[in-house]
Amino acid sequence: MKLKGADIVIESLKFHGVDLVFGYPGGTIMPVYDALYRHGFKHILARHEQGACHEADGYARATGRTGVVLATSGPGATNLVTGLATAYMDSVPLIAITGQVSTASIGTDAFQEADIYGITIPITKYNYLVKDVSKLAETFAEAFYIARSGRPGPVLIDIPKDVQLALAEYAPVAEADIPLLKYSPKPVYEYEAELDELVAMISRAERPVLYVGGGAIISEASEAVGRLARMAHIPVGHTLTGIGVFPDDDPLALGMFGMHGGRHANEAIFAADLLIAAGARFDDRVTGKISEFAKRAKIVHIDIDPAEVGKVIPTDLAILGNLKEVLDRLVVKLAAVPVDPHREWLEQIQAWKRQYPLVHELSETSLKPQQVVQTIAELTRGEAIITTGVGQHQMWAAVFSEHKHPRHFISSGGLGTMGYCVPSGIGAQLGCPDKLVVTITGDGSFQMNIQELATAAYYNVPVKIVILNNGYLGMVRQWQELFFEHRYSQTLLEGGNPDFVMVAKGFGVEAFRVTEPGELRATLEKAFALPGPVVIDCRVEKEENVFPMIPSGGTVNDTIGY
Amino acid sequence: MANPEPEIKQYTLSILVRNHAGVLSHVAGLFARRGYNIESITAGITERPDVTRITIVVTGDHKIMEQVLKQCQKLVDVINVSSLKYNESVTRELAIIAVTARPESRSSIIEIAGVFHAKVVDMAEDAIILEVVGNARHIDSIIQLLSPFGIETIARTGVVALAYRSRIPPIN
Repeated sequence: MKLKGADIVIESLKFHGVDLVFGYPGGTIMPVYDALYRHGFKHILARHEQGACHEADGYARATGRTGVVLATSGPGATNLVTGLATAYMDSVPLIAITGQVSTASIGTDAFQEADIYGITIPITKYNYLVKDVSKLAETFAEAFYIARSGRPGPVLIDIPKDVQLALAEYAPVAEADIPLLKYSPKPVYEYEAELDELVAMISRAERPVLYVGGGAIISEASEAVGRLARMAHIPVGHTLTGIGVFPDDDPLALGMFGMHGGRHANEAIFAADLLIAAGARFDDRVTGKISEFAKRAKIVHIDIDPAEVGKVIPTDLAILGNLKEVLDRLVVKLAAVPVDPHREWLEQIQAWKRQYPLVHELSETSLKPQQVVQTIAELTRGEAIITTGVGQHQMWAAVFSEHKHPRHFISSGGLGTMGYCVPSGIGAQLGCPDKLVVTITGDGSFQMNIQELATAAYYNVPVKIVILNNGYLGMVRQWQELFFEHRYSQTLLEGGNPDFVMVAKGFGVEAFRVTEPGELRATLEKAFALPGPVVIDCRVEKEENVFPMIPSGGTVNDTIGY
Repeated sequence: MANPEPEIKQYTLSILVRNHAGVLSHVAGLFARRGYNIESITAGITERPDVTRITIVVTGDHKIMEQVLKQCQKLVDVINVSSLKYNESVTRELAIIAVTARPESRSSIIEIAGVFHAKVVDMAEDAIILEVVGNARHIDSIIQLLSPFGIETIARTGVVALAYRSRIPPIN
């Protein structure tokens, strides 16, 4: 059966299990949009391509499925760039489909032409410019395979308009049939000997620490991490993207490591004699000064990406493979050897926890941002999906929330993309319609994709958006206070901020304002009970800082805020 | 003691890739992004029409090299990457050199060409064009010897290389 390229796009999406796409139409992607219309394919119309891309990203992170975003050529495609880079840094499986000017016009500076293939090479796992309609089906099979497998990531497929209109014989191409010559993201790594060595290292260790990252969520390794920790009595800390892998309320939980992690967690790494990194990549926000990071510890790195091993820090033992499979096999081996209960070490950690508790001062009159996050946590008990923007609110949301489950904390970790908040909340909610989704954002981040309120309103996506509104670009202001002698250069947003309650209502979104600590709980309860989207503008203490903090490139001994 | 500066070395990389438009951008872009200077880059198909061999000569320190090799191996189009050792591979480059040649200097130039097995491919009243094949040192040498006559322009292909098949055991 001969089909148009545009119909092959839709058939391929269906074949690869996609039932929802995000996007924004335009001239060169019109044939695909026409096919969407004719097939009755479910599409969420964003109000900006960046919003659409983050929505697909939030959907992917919340569900573990591959997100799909559509955009037109030129500005439509370049508007995806930030979203693709965000997904690339955090290894999120995404397929971006862009229209392109007709093949005959490519390279002529045609209207709305941009070399999106060239532009996105460094920020996608792979990308395509499909010039031959007969290659479309296999391109989609390959793209889905690449996006989902190994270390996942975004893949872009650029399709000229004439290719969308051209006819070709269509037969579905399964991911298994793709003609990749060598690429094997799931290499059959052999690590039996390394596992034995790791078992020996664990049984010798007196002060082991498990350091889990986003890879543990991607490989669905939460349970395995929990089994390993409890079986070998190893305390577990996590990165920002590793939140939810290990429940916060477990006695072995250390919480988050790094710049804004708890001091007890960073002390543990500093004192450790064995550090097992599992699906984490030694990001500078975790390590601080590399030469001092875990300097007393043997370092074991378990990862699926060989390029991560030794990238930042020399390792004593590397195990390459799918984290869940590695840990499952490790646990079996560990069961056969006696393990130390590490009583002294765990007591030491408890002592640090008592010495350096994560607290903040409450106030009768002024609303504290941490209090807002804690109240959300009390009301949702770790069962809500939290999404965030980037800045102070993100760190408070990470540290003062209660985290129980993987895929319940969705945040731009690697790229640190402001404006990720509202669209990722919409995407997560559409992926998990039965969950309460709470987007915690700041007044800066909120305004970066504020137009997506229209998307939430139109599709009645019941995401609850809580703004920790301090009138500042708070994290930058905090750095200016601490490192630039209070010179608040261009960080005061308050004067120009709109009335967020009025703005939200203008979009058709219910909105409340909280200014007094006493109003907080009741307002949040009321908002969370409503069936549609809600914006809650919390006027919080303006110059509250995120503490503890290890200044950039510092060590645990440089911690500020205790 | 401060860490010694990492040693800057030259590496010849032989990279087998899927043959399609854009693959060179993916590979070359990776090197540029990681701060690697590409001295030369060549690409041509192999015995399999769907496979291209890219030979890249780069300079950089060993630590970054290892990282770049891993990143390169990770590229979807890359089938294999190997770093070729100088004494275990045959490396060749072709250069076309236009040198100023007045009647009185012609014979000296042709004599040098003979030593380097260079071919005279064109001769005008005031210039000779030579074609020379060899490793980079061979070509650098003839260029150095021709310089006093006045080199007008040079085109070099960049290095192509293959690992030796024969194995000579080390002499001890």
